[in-house]
Amino acid sequence: MLIIKNLHAEVEDKQILKGIDLTVNPGEVHAIMGPNGSGKSSLASVLAGRESFHVTEGEVTFRGNDLLEMDPEVRAREGLFLAFQYPIEIPGVSNVNFLKTALAEIRAYRNLPPLDAKEFLRLSREKQKLVEFDAQLVNRSLNEGFSGGEKKRNEIFQLAMLEPSLAILDETDSGLDIDALRIVAAGVNKLRSKDNAFIIITHYQRLLEYIVPDFVHVLYNGRIVKSGTRELALELEEKGYDWLREESREQEATTQGAVGA
Amino acid sequence: MSTTQEQSFPLYEEVVNEFGKLTAAGRTDKARQTAFERFRLLGFPSIKNEDWKYTNITRFLKDGYALESPVHSIPAGLLEKAAIPALDCYQLVLVNGVWDGKVKGGELPKGIEVFRVAEALKARSNAVLFEDKKWGNQHFANLNEALYTDGLFIGADGDCDKPLHIVHLFTADHNLLVQPRHVWVVNTNAGLSVIESTLSATGEAKIWVNSLTEIIVHKDARLDHTVIQTASPGARLVQHTTVRQKKQSLYNSYTFTLPGADLVRNDLQARLEEDHTETHLYGLYLAAGNQLVDNHTLVDHQKASCFSNELYKGVLLEQSTGVFNGKVYVHKDAQKTNAFQQNNNLVIGKRATIDSKPELEIYADDVKCSHGSTVGQFSEEALFYLRARGIGEATAKALLINAFAFDVTEKLKLGAVESYINQSIRHHIPAEHA
Repeated sequence: MLIIKNLHAEVEDKQILKGIDLTVNPGEVHAIMGPNGSGKSSLASVLAGRESFHVTEGEVTFRGNDLLEMDPEVRAREGLFLAFQYPIEIPGVSNVNFLKTALAEIRAYRNLPPLDAKEFLRLSREKQKLVEFDAQLVNRSLNEGFSGGEKKRNEIFQLAMLEPSLAILDETDSGLDIDALRIVAAGVNKLRSKDNAFIIITHYQRLLEYIVPDFVHVLYNGRIVKSGTRELALELEEKGYDWLREESREQEATTQGAVGA
Repeated sequence: MSTTQEQSFPLYEEVVNEFGKLTAAGRTDKARQTAFERFRLLGFPSIKNEDWKYTNITRFLKDGYALESPVHSIPAGLLEKAAIPALDCYQLVLVNGVWDGKVKGGELPKGIEVFRVAEALKARSNAVLFEDKKWGNQHFANLNEALYTDGLFIGADGDCDKPLHIVHLFTADHNLLVQPRHVWVVNTNAGLSVIESTLSATGEAKIWVNSLTEIIVHKDARLDHTVIQTASPGARLVQHTTVRQKKQSLYNSYTFTLPGADLVRNDLQARLEEDHTETHLYGLYLAAGNQLVDNHTLVDHQKASCFSNELYKGVLLEQSTGVFNGKVYVHKDAQKTNAFQQNNNLVIGKRATIDSKPELEIYADDVKCSHGSTVGQFSEEALFYLRARGIGEATAKALLINAFAFDVTEKLKLGAVESYINQSIRHHIPAEHA
């Protein structure tokens, strides 16, 4: 579904991704972990098409097409979804109108007729229930005055409504209390299928107790330095990230030594 | 010593000749003469006048305009364009400032009186209706006072069950100046809602509309006043409105200017002549093309314990120019005044400009006044968020413009008008504008 090869990117002339390789297949859940500043959220931004990020090298293929060539809205219509770490408040745009517009444009792109009012309402109710999203929030302005937890749950509600093939959750667990975390995780688990995939970006292992990943990758200094299964997450939880820094320093010394020789 | 302004605009000569003809025919009175003398002293405004500093109308004045207007039929489709879907109202249609005497939507309730100003001029003495003769340094108001011939009088003695929708249609087959003069009186305890739509179709010809509306809202009376300006290119609108508020009266104004007319200049003056009045002035201007849209407002707090709140928002597309000048004047006697003003602008066109000027003059010492003015652009973050959900750039921008306008449109009490305005905003933001 998603093939990332040797991806390099920079923001404001600062190199932040330094050669990422990652393949995600349908039905898989990948967790990306790593200390602050390692490039986790940058990877999410590059994949979603945030304009301040510039790809300098490498390629990304999404369902057979060059993802990097697409505008952000085309990526979304092709089935990519980014749950924002900091969802934006937009007073004056109602949640409902926003979702209707998004769904209509996505469906038009796929040559599907727009949902009529009744169908939309039914879908909206069904998904609200699925992700336990308060009906009253649906009618309010987009994220305006929502608590941190409500904003994150709104992201999951949108995810449920738009049914992407690949969802990237960018630190969705940050700022959530344990009950909200359970609700968000339960929502994601209900949405998991053999046809879709998830990339879950998180700093802590906590979320992975509820959403069990197939693969865990550790991102450090713009590279994936270690990949493994769920056990890797537990190991990180126990040992922290400090050992990474040491290992990485050693590696760099070796590389430099090799170049020097 | 006063000097008459000799101006080289062909229109200046036209109006001088016209007034000479009226005088020769014995059809002027003291009020018209005073106003015309005033106009001759002032001439047409230029950027040397403080109130016109950012609004250069020379290019529009260079076109010649005739004052004689033959009776026109309504251009095809123009009236239909004015309709506000699902609005239950009484509709009155004026063509070039002349009402045909018909009311659509049923018979007006008892206590609501409407007639042509031309009829009023014949029937009664001018002085009874038009008591306020002091147009000061208002160039265009003085010109209108000197030469107006017709307009609409509305008198309300009680509550009107439905809003009055007044449709102003302007049409011409040669360059033309029309000067409608309206007088509305909302009497003690009465309540009225008036919606004015301004549309034009002039083909290649230009039309200059110099309109003057005088409104009196008496004690404990209420007036909701919505103005929707959707005239077409070729139209130059100069609209002066003076509202005189008496004790405990309420005046709500909603002014919407949409792309079309070459020039729109609104002078809205609320004169709070007695205590405990309440005034809300809301405005939204969406300008495009080469449009020049200028809103000059004055809230004149003359007496104590009055409340005024003003919110104007502007969206400037393409190479349009916007001007906002909001003056709040608090007289020495106007203690316990609450006066608030806010003007926010979204400048989208790379060559669009806005001049925003709040002006507060406060001579009382126990008042609460505030003002604010902002100029900004699209939030990149908000735009990205919408696009990341599959919403195309043009639609995303239209959504954000609607959201920006929301603070003003949500104030409208009539749902049908609110949807109509939102629809009109969307309609005017095609991809190439955004």
